Amino acid sequence: MILTQVSQLSRRSIVRLLRQPEVVVPALLFPLLIFGFQAAGLGPAADIPGFPADSYVDFLLAFPLVQGTLFAAVSAGTDLAKDIETGFLDRLSMTPMQPLALLVGMLAGVICLGLLQSVVFIGVGLLVGVSFQAGFLGALVLVLLTALTALGFGGVGAILALRTGSGEAVQGLFPLLLVSFFLSSILLPRDLIQTDWFRVVATYNPVSYLVEGVRSLIITGWDVQALALGFAAAAGLIVVGLSGAVLSLRGRVART
Amino acid sequence: MAGAVAWRGIHNFFLNPALVIPALLFPLFFLAAFAGGLSRVADIPSFDFPAGYTAFQFVWILLQTVAIGGAFTGFAIARDFERGFARRYMLAAPRRGGIILGYVVVSLVRVTVTGGVATLVALVSGMQVLGSGVDLFGLLGLALLVNVAATLFSIGMAMLLRTSSGGFLIQTPIFVATFLSPVFVPLELLDGWIEAVASVNPVTFILQAGRGFVAGDPTGVALAFGLAIALVLVMLPWAFFGLRRAEKAG
Amino acid sequence: MGGSFRGIEVEGLVREFGKGFRAVDGVDLRVEPGEIYGFLGPNGAGKSTTVLMLTTLLPPTAGVARVAGYDVVKQGAEVRSTIGAALQEAALDPFLTGREHLALQAAMHGIGRKERRGRAVELLERVGLTEAADRRVGGYSGGMKRRLDLALALVHGPRILFLDEPTTGLDPQSRSALWDEVSRLAKEGVTVFLTTQYLEEADALADRVGIIDHGKIVAEDTPDALKAEVGRSSIEARPADPRDLDDVARVLEQFGEPIAAANGSAAVRLEDKSQGLADVVRALDRQDLRVAGLELNEPSLDDVYLAKTGRKLEGAGDREEGTA
Repeated sequence: MILTQVSQLSRRSIVRLLRQPEVVVPALLFPLLIFGFQAAGLGPAADIPGFPADSYVDFLLAFPLVQGTLFAAVSAGTDLAKDIETGFLDRLSMTPMQPLALLVGMLAGVICLGLLQSVVFIGVGLLVGVSFQAGFLGALVLVLLTALTALGFGGVGAILALRTGSGEAVQGLFPLLLVSFFLSSILLPRDLIQTDWFRVVATYNPVSYLVEGVRSLIITGWDVQALALGFAAAAGLIVVGLSGAVLSLRGRVART
Repeated sequence: MAGAVAWRGIHNFFLNPALVIPALLFPLFFLAAFAGGLSRVADIPSFDFPAGYTAFQFVWILLQTVAIGGAFTGFAIARDFERGFARRYMLAAPRRGGIILGYVVVSLVRVTVTGGVATLVALVSGMQVLGSGVDLFGLLGLALLVNVAATLFSIGMAMLLRTSSGGFLIQTPIFVATFLSPVFVPLELLDGWIEAVASVNPVTFILQAGRGFVAGDPTGVALAFGLAIALVLVMLPWAFFGLRRAEKAG
Repeated sequence: MGGSFRGIEVEGLVREFGKGFRAVDGVDLRVEPGEIYGFLGPNGAGKSTTVLMLTTLLPPTAGVARVAGYDVVKQGAEVRSTIGAALQEAALDPFLTGREHLALQAAMHGIGRKERRGRAVELLERVGLTEAADRRVGGYSGGMKRRLDLALALVHGPRILFLDEPTTGLDPQSRSALWDEVSRLAKEGVTVFLTTQYLEEADALADRVGIIDHGKIVAEDTPDALKAEVGRSSIEARPADPRDLDDVARVLEQFGEPIAAANGSAAVRLEDKSQGLADVVRALDRQDLRVAGLELNEPSLDDVYLAKTGRKLEGAGDREEGTA
């Protein structure tokens, strides 16, 4: 029963996503646009003494890969908020639905978007000459890490949706989340951040570890420490996101 | 008429925290992320800007803030159309050019506040200004012209689109135009496609003159003002074109 | 478990919101199995809050409610498996097709794959959406959405159906199509709890009507009994020769007190229920008065509503939520 529910709800969230090109296209283009601007404008940063990569493009490819997951969060949150606004969630609550099934099913769309994004971004990276130091296997690990990150942020988006019940509120938080991405080692490695408070913020910001894990596969090869920290950050995000979302969902579908 | 439009726009902006706070925070965020986070970029060999990286970034952030401020005025117009408020203006205004003037005034007042706050924060966080008072007036003048040009562009777009969902089409060209310039390093350090694009982008020359003012070494001032004024002159008929189309649509 | 009574029993049901505001303030009602119960009241009277409590989506502050013999608080899962609900504003996903909606809803109820398909075909046929089944719901009309909503509520073969304002905002044609379907369901033995702000809807469909106002039930009976209790018929006559108006009015006054009438007509409210049109015709005849029009107006639920709440419900259905 729960497997049927999960698979049907997953199908729904994926179908729903693919039928909304106005969600999918910006999720692919916007990160690439910023990537293009930053990579070109900051290209000379590779000449900073001590810079870890040969080219800034190689270094920055982690940017769209991680930043794209933000769209996953917002799209998952917006979809769930719409379900609350329209009463669709109430309709599902009338069935013997398992809250966890709803959540997992809903996040299937998010993971799907995350996978699509990482494949496209890696493809673009290859086109502009990025070489993956960790090779093909590394690229697979990279896709896995970004998909997990998308799942975690999707849970965060779901929490916001379930707490506020408003799609506008979820989208209004997009800039805030975007800021949190920039206040990390996403544009420069942490040891090259000079401003003290910025370095401290970036050190505590889990986004830094997600970025560094993804990045290590591109510019370093197999860096066990960076990968362990990256997957740990993703796992932490998933635990916080999903458990928070399940709790919020229990409150939202307060059936007797 | 212009006065009425301007008064309402200014009033709406300052009484709505959902509009004021993001408008104030965005430049500060850029200041933190770009000027704060990227300060080591100044260590690139052959990067030469005597006033330091914060000042270097500040000029771009100021220009970006005033340009995006223009886009936000466009959003407000699009909303006015959606709610039917703009039609009231159209009916009331004997000379509809006054509507455009009113919106431009709103935009100028907005960016005076947001730009002022950004400047204050940049100074407090240790930005060095080597230029004299006169030089800073030059930077201010450029910023105002950029704002007027961006506002006129946004008015034209908003009046053509007349819906809030057109916000993306108003904002993106401005966003792209400001980013296709030497944002993070001087033009001489850029290469590849970005160098080709940036070296013909008028924003680049305005930006370079602005940085010259802050560094106390004004260069290319006449060219920058010429380009800024030209942008305003090009955008003026565009705004009126949008207004005519809006009039025709009723 | 599951008590013996298969309808709906409600005793002293209360729901408070925020600072002691009682949206539902001690409701008692009883719906017999197989009956259509019309729950009538203006916006904000407490109809939807009551439905939310009966469908287990909102816990009551106080009181007891049993649906199909199951307690809505203690046996929520049992209640949900027995009932179907189409709540206000068809809650549909614009990006899914009608068929996909039915498949999803059936799967959520644990109905097997093969049966799902057959059920979807049958229900789509039933609500007249076979042709539109594979189109996205975003392109459906309001009436189509409500019909799909109804089909979704029926997916698991519920014995009790809750319909919260199923026809609000629909054009007259879609409305009567939905009425037909609801009547058909009732004939098949489904108990229907229907909220509405349209008097004629309650009149046309309901076996019994409960009128709720400010969270309290102010009247409950069959539509006919309610009308008989409050309303007396009225008679309106229009003389063939306008100069006879005063004479006609005098004749009518023998039958009851005069009430307002259209220009050129006279009207009275009948005092004695046993008197009717024939008596009036005879009386006019005796005076040699000829009339161009004579009308007997039966009391309507409008009159009942007015009498019970002191307000008219006129046009309430056309207004948006919150402005009434």
